[in-house]
Amino acid sequence: MAGNNMRNGDVVLEIRGITKHFPGVLANDNVNLTLKKGEILALLGENGAGKSTLMNIVYGLYRADSGQVLLRNQEAHFASPREAIHSGIGMVHQHFQLIPVMSVAENVVLGEEVTSGAFLDRKEAVRHVRELSEQYKLRVDPDAIIEELPVGTQQRVEIIKALYRHAEILILDEPTAVLTPQEVDELFKIMRDLADRGVSIIFITHKLKEVLTIAHRIVVMRDGQVVGEATPAESTPESLAAMMVGREVLLRVQRGPAHPQDTVLDVIGLSALDDRHHHAVRDVSFSVRSGEVLGVAGVQGNGQTELVEVLTGLRHATAGRVIIHGEDLTNTSPRSVTSSGTGHVPEDRRRFGMVDNYTVAENLVLNSYYDLPFSVPPTARTLPVVMAGYIGIFLAFFAVLASIWGALWSSALWSLTLGLFGIQDVESASREAMNGPNMVELIVMLVMVLVIGYLAHRFTMWVLRRLQKAAGKPLRFGKKDRGLVLDHRQIDQHAVGLVEQFDIRTPDVDTHAGSLSGGNQQKMVVAREFGRKPRLLVAAQPTRGIDVGSIEFIHQQIIAQRDAGAAVLLVSAELDEIVALSDRIVVMYKGEIVATVDADKVTREQLGLLMAGASAEDVLGVRAA
Amino acid sequence: MLSILTGTAANRRTAIASGVGLAVILVVAFLAAGAVGPAIVVAVINASIRNMVPIAFGALSGIFSERSGIVNIGIEGMMLMAAYVGFMINVALSVPGVSPILQTEPVRLGLSILGGVLAGGILGLFHALLSIRYRVDQIISGTVINMLALGLTGYFYLPGATTLGRLPPVVVNPFSADSGILFWLGEILFKKGIITYLMFALVIASTIGLFRTVWGLRTRAVGEHPRAADTLGINVHRLQYRNLFFSGCLAGLGGVFLTLEAVGTFERGMTNGRGFIALAVMIFGKWHPLGAAAGALLFGFATALQGQLQFFNINVPHQFVGMLPYLLTVIVLAGFVGRARPPAHVGKPYEIE
Ligand SMILES: Nc1ncnc2c1ncn2[C@@H]1O[C@H](COP(=O)(O)OP(=O)(O)OP(=O)(O)O)[C@@H](O)[C@H]1O
Ligand SMILES: [Mg+2]
Repeated sequence: MAGNNMRNGDVVLEIRGITKHFPGVLANDNVNLTLKKGEILALLGENGAGKSTLMNIVYGLYRADSGQVLLRNQEAHFASPREAIHSGIGMVHQHFQLIPVMSVAENVVLGEEVTSGAFLDRKEAVRHVRELSEQYKLRVDPDAIIEELPVGTQQRVEIIKALYRHAEILILDEPTAVLTPQEVDELFKIMRDLADRGVSIIFITHKLKEVLTIAHRIVVMRDGQVVGEATPAESTPESLAAMMVGREVLLRVQRGPAHPQDTVLDVIGLSALDDRHHHAVRDVSFSVRSGEVLGVAGVQGNGQTELVEVLTGLRHATAGRVIIHGEDLTNTSPRSVTSSGTGHVPEDRRRFGMVDNYTVAENLVLNSYYDLPFSVPPTARTLPVVMAGYIGIFLAFFAVLASIWGALWSSALWSLTLGLFGIQDVESASREAMNGPNMVELIVMLVMVLVIGYLAHRFTMWVLRRLQKAAGKPLRFGKKDRGLVLDHRQIDQHAVGLVEQFDIRTPDVDTHAGSLSGGNQQKMVVAREFGRKPRLLVAAQPTRGIDVGSIEFIHQQIIAQRDAGAAVLLVSAELDEIVALSDRIVVMYKGEIVATVDADKVTREQLGLLMAGASAEDVLGVRAA
Repeated sequence: MLSILTGTAANRRTAIASGVGLAVILVVAFLAAGAVGPAIVVAVINASIRNMVPIAFGALSGIFSERSGIVNIGIEGMMLMAAYVGFMINVALSVPGVSPILQTEPVRLGLSILGGVLAGGILGLFHALLSIRYRVDQIISGTVINMLALGLTGYFYLPGATTLGRLPPVVVNPFSADSGILFWLGEILFKKGIITYLMFALVIASTIGLFRTVWGLRTRAVGEHPRAADTLGINVHRLQYRNLFFSGCLAGLGGVFLTLEAVGTFERGMTNGRGFIALAVMIFGKWHPLGAAAGALLFGFATALQGQLQFFNINVPHQFVGMLPYLLTVIVLAGFVGRARPPAHVGKPYEIE
């Protein structure tokens, strides 16, 4: 390959003046960047700074408006990923690009298949994958089906995919966001190994500690521009954060003591199965009181996901009870959990948290669209009355018009009108009407029906609003009697407010949520769930994929919710986050709660031991002794 | 052999289920032969196969298109158009005065088949154009094709048009009537037109194609996750165009079977819902060619049985007997096949950037 005569340290990739617009956003603004052979370059930046966009341009998925990409000192125009791949560029996308129902080997060879004659050579494909997996110590079973693998392994498959294509430049877009600390360590070992072999790596992350551990050089982006460069030796998390956000960032949460009140969530002897029908949650009991944050610590995959799903009505409990505000909500529906005043920030936002094809505004009311002020009368039970009103008004209008019509019938004006349409006289016109529909009349009728119908609707709504104002409360019968019409003005206003309050970077609230940057999608979900002032807040990995500035903000919001009297259940794979926010901590291991401790009476090391499966007596007893 | 034909475990299960179904039918046929005599049994089996052919082609057409991510409810229209075009070419070549070379059986019928199949293929490409290039909803695009075909073929239909004949059996039964079971087997295995044999060949070929070739792997990838395929440098839209052309051609084969092999003439709306039955069979067959073929055979069998029942003087309104194939198909397939999982991205247009 062309790059083989290059030595470590030579520039392999140079980005010159790349600019890229999306409707309403300048995603990349004259970006310059170089990458050297064997280098690990960390790319930092706020959510929506344009990191993924820039990488997708290099990879040939997006086309830049202007600017150049130079590969080994030669200008490269990639019209498609195919060409980028052939030039030795590999990319692991922020959202994995794997086909869930296919095997690892199939996913790896797809597009660059090994064949014997016209046929796929499966054995050879499997052998290739196994070889790569041994050579680079990327443990994975070539015959496993993707959807049955944990995310950490899927990640390895993505890397193998790139290596299989002989990538000399490897782009990793937020590869650590979904990994456990152990998996991150393994990934770093692999990255160092690859760099030693001359592979150049661009590594995107929001975790500043990781950057300082692994990167050779750091480039920071903000608002589509490169705003700074640094080396790990001369940087601290604080300095990097300030460069990213453009101001000082508090990397530490400020919070006062908790003032817990009544119990809000009571979980008693809860058990549940996972998707593969193994016992994932075993006889778990705990409670969360209003005004406190209960942190659930644990290595990912120890039942936290399933626990949260059961609590929020997404998964069936096999035993035990979930009581929210004294109401038994075990195995009811997610809707009843939501209506009980529970906010849920799901771990997998793309599956459970948002609808890609809906606008930001619509996504922001997914948990409340059916209620006032977004759904307005007529309600299900007042509908007959309203319909009767419609018909009445319609008939009245029609009667008036008909009498005018009747008056016109004999007037000169009428024959003039007929003349205009080329109809000779009244009699022949009516004869025509008898013979079949007259197009002119039909169209006139249709337009009239539409106009009158619209007026009737406006009038009815006006009367209803008047009545509602006079009554001083919504016109509905009982809690379940909900409005049938969406009030888009309210929905948009609501969205504009939340977008501002939570600093969601989007051109406007009518943008499709799927086109937001990953971190901004997360902020949108958080805004929706926090914005409703929940009494119980279940937050699973609330800051996954979010930049430090926004993490600071979301952490402050969690504490603010707590101080406003919400009960908060915080599930996080980040021990830092758990320690920083929780008042009490439960540790989950293999589906069981192995310890419940006060946050200020436990050290990180002890938590680490508990999460690894050490017994509570051993760990906490040692401390007492 | 079985393992060559099938891919993942789920696919393997479908194939095994199909095999078991076939075995059951054979055993029943054998038992029935003792009861009512071999002549009737052989007649029913042959009728089953005859009814199966267009459905199986339709289902294959659906598989090609849906496996690459595009819903195709225009199969009915593609079949009808192909049936018409194939027939009309046959008619045109049959009039006196056309050069005798063109009128020889292989050339005349070969050209007719080719024309009909191409007509189907072109409609397939048209469907692809509407749903990929112009992002028309795929259901609507398919409906447009159905209505277009129904309207055009109905309008240009020539009543009373005649031809020099339809496709003859490829081989005659080499066994004489006194050679017992061999004769009856021969009655089933031979004496069929070329399109029937082609159907069986294509069922097997497309199974191998889908699960054992590069084309198949890419097709399935595009139907499941076009973006992933795109990031690996696969030209998603080109693959979809190509497969939709094949899909149309397959539906076309189902159509020309009707006018060139089975019936010999064209009637208005003669496909009579077969394209839709084919879709159902495709779903019950879990988007697997073998499953679909088994489903089509079952439907064909039920239809043949219903034909036989009409001969016996049973005191049931014939409308109810007419429902039998549909009922039986639904009950057997829904009851025994279990939940099917369509290609994940079927029906949604894939937009680049
Ligand atoms: N396909 C698209 N269509 C329209 N706008 C887009 C599209 N992709 C990205 N954008 C916009 O471009 C901007 C940059 O997005 P990008 O995904 O590059 O950010 P990022 O730096 O990767 O952020 P994050 O850390 O949250 O992943 C954002 O404002 C985003 O809304
Ligand atoms: Mg990104």
